[in-house]
Formats: sequence, structure tokens, C-alpha cells
Amino acid sequence: MALNRRTFMGATAGAAAATLAAPHVYAASHGGKPKVVVVGGGAGGATVARYLAKDAGDALDITLVEPTRVYYTCFFSNLYLGGFRTMESLAHDYGNIASAGVNVVHDYAVGVDRDAKTVTLASGDTLMYDRLVLSPGIDFIDGAVPGWDVSQQNKMPHAYKAGSQTELLKAQIEAMPEGGTFAMIAPPNPYRCPPGPYERISMVAHMLTQMNPTAKILVADPKEKFSKQGLFEEGWNTHYSGMIERIGPDFGGNNVSVDPDAMTIDIDGAVENVDVCNVIPAMKAGVICERAGLNDGNWAPVDGATMQSRIDENVHVLGDACAQGDMPKSGFSANSQAKVAAMAVRAALTDSRMFPAKFSNTCWSLIAPDDGVKVGASYEATEEKIASTDSFISQTGEDAALRKATYEESIGWYAGITSDIFG
Amino acid sequence: MKRLSLFCAATAILIATGAQANEFGDAEDGAKIYRKCRACHMVGSEAFNRTGPQLNGIFGRAAASVDGFRYSDGLTRMGNDGLVWDFDTLDAYIENPKAFASDTRMNFPGVKDAGERADLLAFLRQYSDKPRDIPEAAPTATPREVDLSDEILAIVGDPEYGEYLASECTTCHQLDGDNDGIPAIVGWPEEDFVVAMHAYKEKFRPHPVMQMMAGRLSNEEIAALAAYFGGLE
Ligand SMILES: Cc1cc2nc3c(=O)[nH]c(=O)nc-3n(C[C@H](O)[C@H](O)[C@H](O)COP(=O)(O)OP(=O)(O)OC[C@H]3O[C@@H](n4cnc5c(N)ncnc54)[C@H](O)[C@@H]3O)c2cc1C
Repeated sequence: MALNRRTFMGATAGAAAATLAAPHVYAASHGGKPKVVVVGGGAGGATVARYLAKDAGDALDITLVEPTRVYYTCFFSNLYLGGFRTMESLAHDYGNIASAGVNVVHDYAVGVDRDAKTVTLASGDTLMYDRLVLSPGIDFIDGAVPGWDVSQQNKMPHAYKAGSQTELLKAQIEAMPEGGTFAMIAPPNPYRCPPGPYERISMVAHMLTQMNPTAKILVADPKEKFSKQGLFEEGWNTHYSGMIERIGPDFGGNNVSVDPDAMTIDIDGAVENVDVCNVIPAMKAGVICERAGLNDGNWAPVDGATMQSRIDENVHVLGDACAQGDMPKSGFSANSQAKVAAMAVRAALTDSRMFPAKFSNTCWSLIAPDDGVKVGASYEATEEKIASTDSFISQTGEDAALRKATYEESIGWYAGITSDIFG
Repeated sequence: MKRLSLFCAATAILIATGAQANEFGDAEDGAKIYRKCRACHMVGSEAFNRTGPQLNGIFGRAAASVDGFRYSDGLTRMGNDGLVWDFDTLDAYIENPKAFASDTRMNFPGVKDAGERADLLAFLRQYSDKPRDIPEAAPTATPREVDLSDEILAIVGDPEYGEYLASECTTCHQLDGDNDGIPAIVGWPEEDFVVAMHAYKEKFRPHPVMQMMAGRLSNEEIAALAAYFGGLE
């Protein structure tokens, strides 16, 4: 598509004026095709880059910045622990995104100059943008679990970014002594994947039931309640009776410290020796959001209609890093938000149409072999937030056939979403 | 022959009374329409599974539940999700089987005429246990059929809008038509797509995710999606 700038601008003005303010700064700032830089090649960022290339590849110059060459999905990484997936089956590369026309740069963004509209990379290179999309996922809050910081992650893994951390956690569980203790320090809200820690407990319990049936699972949890609680507790009683002990805030689950060298945890003054300790600390938006000055507290607030930052309309923030309202921080949500962002970026920089934002999410969890459950909702953007419009959840007491069908559906979802994200 | 004897053991009661008109249609006329089904299905005292499952006791039975018959994944899933055959569900199914269960192995275009379907169902109902007293008789009093007006069917979808809306579907449904656990939805006739989505919207089809997704789509949005997906190979 060879567009003459003048007709292009003319065509853009009408459509864009109706939706977004100041849409054509790009022409003044850089010249050439409008530039979009996407930081983070995960569920949100890879989807945005691929959709922009697919729908507007000729009209836009799209760069994706992602340090790793292979992305391991956190989703289904608990199933790897349980022995239902291989690590290779969770691996995705950027080959199809690059062939779709995205300039994939394997580097790490260290800074954003929002006035100059540039992103600085660890290599020292600078990228100019007309629109910047940040989908950097999460980082951990320093000091959230006293005694633990990221330098201790090999002794006490978080396994909340998938890959070598997940493999390490699995190896440690396999090496547990007979009758040993697996501990989890569960995170406070809000955090990535609300049912994630509890699906993980289910999968670890499944693993231990097979190889170390007298082992114990001890969970210190700062939260009163958690996602799909009734379903998980029902499943734990049925499949792993007596193995799992969860200490909620009433009993000091919110007052925890760890000693990675001694391999002890202190729950409200009671010190326990543990064999494996999975520390999932409190979370915040990936640090680049903070560096770009886009956070309000720990997260970057956005306007759901376009996923634009409330602080800078030239920046869109998606996925786990943004504060948007009612959607849980999930891969499904990030993928859903990415499509709204792609549409908004495209409408702002080309003459394409803008439609009302629609979002949805479904999170499947596996409790035991063929015992799958799900929770989901649909959402729309209101003035102040992304608001839930409808929802559903699996019921306790469902029959085995339905649970199996739900699990099978999750396998279909994994195939669907990963091909939607990575092509 | 093994199948036949198995079947006989399983089917305790067969009611083969004479044809008798009921409120749903005329069973005698239905017997004639049933000839279309005979190429694949059997019903009556000697019936066993052939290309299609035997149809004794179909009223009140969970979908895809005849022992020894291999159903499509889609129909099996619907059975698991709680779909039970009654007048309304059967009526919708035989009107357009592929719109009801996209991957059904029943290669039959359907009976378009509502009166003929009522006759056919009156005929089949004679082969179900105590047809008047089956627990599922109640829903037949409150029609759940997706009754789509000509205006809805006539809406011309905007495929560009459909493409945007479709991005919500492709989180689960694969555009290349692959089907592992979640059915493919590309290349359907537009009308079938529209009927299927309205069936979810009206909560007539059982799947909770799809009921939610379809529930908030307007008639125009359903038409837009049908236009977009229908245009894909
Ligand atoms: C155990 C577990 C189970 C889960 N299960 C599910 C599930 O079943 N379903 C579901 O929907 N979700 C699930 N999730 C949640 C899901 O993984 C996340 O919500 C999702 O990955 C968020 O997408 P994102 O794009 O925000 O971040 P990510 O997918 O984490 O992507 C962020 C990317 O940005 C890169 N990055 C970060 N900073 C920079 C920088 N400065 N410069 C360049 N690149 C950068 C990172 O390398 C990373 O690749 C699970 C999570 C966990 C931990």
C-alpha cells in the first residue's frame, strides 16, 4: 500500500478526530511510516505486534523489544509440574511474528523519554516511536517477603516467570526426602493469575501423591479468600485428603519471613523446617513502567476504551502491568486487551476504523487428572474502568464427564491462544 | 451381532403402539417423513446402531449417550454439558443439524418445515418410555426454540467489524480450522452461524462460555461475525 502522505493525512483526520486526540503528531515528529514500539513479547505484547503487522503491516513500522528468544508460557507451567506437559510444549519463538513483518529486537528496554518519544535499550540503542505499547508483565516488590529477594531465587524459587525457574522448582520437589515438606508463600492481591498458586498446589499434590505420598504441603497465605476456593478445596479433599495445610491471615499467614540458607520459614513466630519453599512475593508492574513514570502506586493506570495510559496518551499499557479495573491479570486478559490496543493504535496512526472495546477472560485450572474447572467473565470499558458485565464459574459437585470435558477444552484453549499470540 | 444383543439387553421397554396423533403432530404422517432417516437410523424392537445411533428412548435421553456409538466431539461435549433430548432440542437439531452441533456426523440437511418436524417427532416419541410422563415433558410447554425473524436472518453483516469482533473468538477457536478440544468455526454457511450464536444467546445451547460470549452480541454483531468467519476458508 503506497500512501501519499497528504491523502493519507486527510483520510486519517476524520476517523481519528472522532476517537483520539492529537493523532498525527507522528508525521511531525519523525516522518516516514508511523512507528510503533512494543516492549515485551509475552501474552500482551506479542499479540499486539502480530495484530498490528497482520492488519496494518504496510502502513506502520513495528518493532518488538523482547530480551529472550524463546518465551515459555506461564499458563500451563503448573501442568508441567504435574507431569501433564513437557517444557518444550510451553516454548514459543518469534519466527512467525518476524515473518509477519515485525522487526523483532532481542534487547531489554531500560528507559523511556516520553517527551522525545524514544525508548533506550540496554545495548545503548534508541528507538523512536509515535505510539509505545508496554506489556512487560510483572516484577516482584522488594522486601515483600522478609528474608527473600531475587538473588535467593535459586534456593527458594518463585517459578512465577516460566522456564528455568519452573524446571528448578520441579527438580527440587523431585528431590524432596520421603515425608518432607513443600511450602508455598502465596502472594497478596493483586497478582498475576489469581488461581495460579492454587492450581500449582494441586499439581504439586498430584506429583507428591505419585512419588512421595507421605509428604506435606504447607501454604502461608495473606489472603482471606482466593479464586475458585470452593472448587479447589473440594478437589483437595477428594484427591489429596490430609496432604495440604493452608494457613490464612487469621493464623498468621500474613506474617511470614523466610531464611533461604537455613531452609526455614517463620509463620507468625513459629519456625518450620521445609524442604522446598516456593516464594511468590507481592507484585508490581514490570519495572519499565515505573522508569517511564507511568505508575500510580504499583501499576500503570489505563483507559479501557483504548488501553492508553492515563498519564500519557501516546503510550498504551497492557496485560499484568496495567491497572484497568475488573479483569484478572491473566494471559487471556492480556491477549484480549492487546486486540483493543492494536485497534486503537491502528485507528490513531492509519485511517482504520475504531470499534467499541470488548474484553473477555476464562481461566481454566486443573485440580487432578481429568478434573478441570473454569471461571470467566466478559467486560466492557466504562469511563472509569474495565467493568465486568457477566460471569460464570464451574460448580462444586459436577460429574466426572463434565470435568474431563472442561480439561479437554483447556487444551484446545492453549492451542488457540498460543497460535493467536505467536502466529 | 454382539452389538445387537447388547442393545436388546439394554432396552428394557419398547412401546410400539399404533400411530396416534398428539399435540406435536401426526405420527402417521411422521412415519412417512421418517423414511428419510432410515438410511442411517433404526427404531423399534429390532433396532441397533448403524451409521446413526438407534432412536428408541430418545426423548429424555442425554445427547450422545447411546452405548457403543461413536459420536462427534461436539455432540459429546453438549451431552456432557447437560443437553437432554426433548421436543425442543430435537426439533432444533433436526431442523439444521450442522448449525446445532457443527461437527455432528449426521450428514443431513435437516427438515425445514415445522409441521413436518412435529409429525416426525410425534412418530419417534412412540418409541420412548411413557412419552407423556417423561420428566422432560415440561419444557416442551415453554418453547425454547430459537425463533429467528426474517429481519434478523436478513441482516447483512459488516465483515470488517466482524474481523475485529472475531479477535475475541480466536483466543480459543483457531483460524486455521484446527480442532483440539475447541471446535473450528471457519467457513460455515452464514445462516448456520447466525442460528448457532442466537441459540447460545438464548441459552438454548448449553455451554456457559459461549452463552456469555453470545449473550452480549447484538443481532448486527452476530451477522458481522457470520460474514467474517463465513468468508474464511
Ligand atoms: C503459574 C502460572 C499459571 C498461569 N496460568 C494461566 C492460565 O491458565 N491462563 C491465563 O490466562 N493466564 C495464566 N497465567 C498468567 C499469565 O501468564 C500472565 O497473566 C500473562 O503472561 C501476562 O501477559 P503480559 O504480556 O502482561 O506479560 P508476560 O507474558 O510476562 O510478558 C512480558 C514480557 O516482557 C518482557 N519484558 C519485561 N520487561 C521488559 C523490558 N524492560 N524490555 C523488554 N522486554 C521486557 C519479558 O521478558 C516477557 O517476555 C499464569 C501465570 C502463572 C505464573
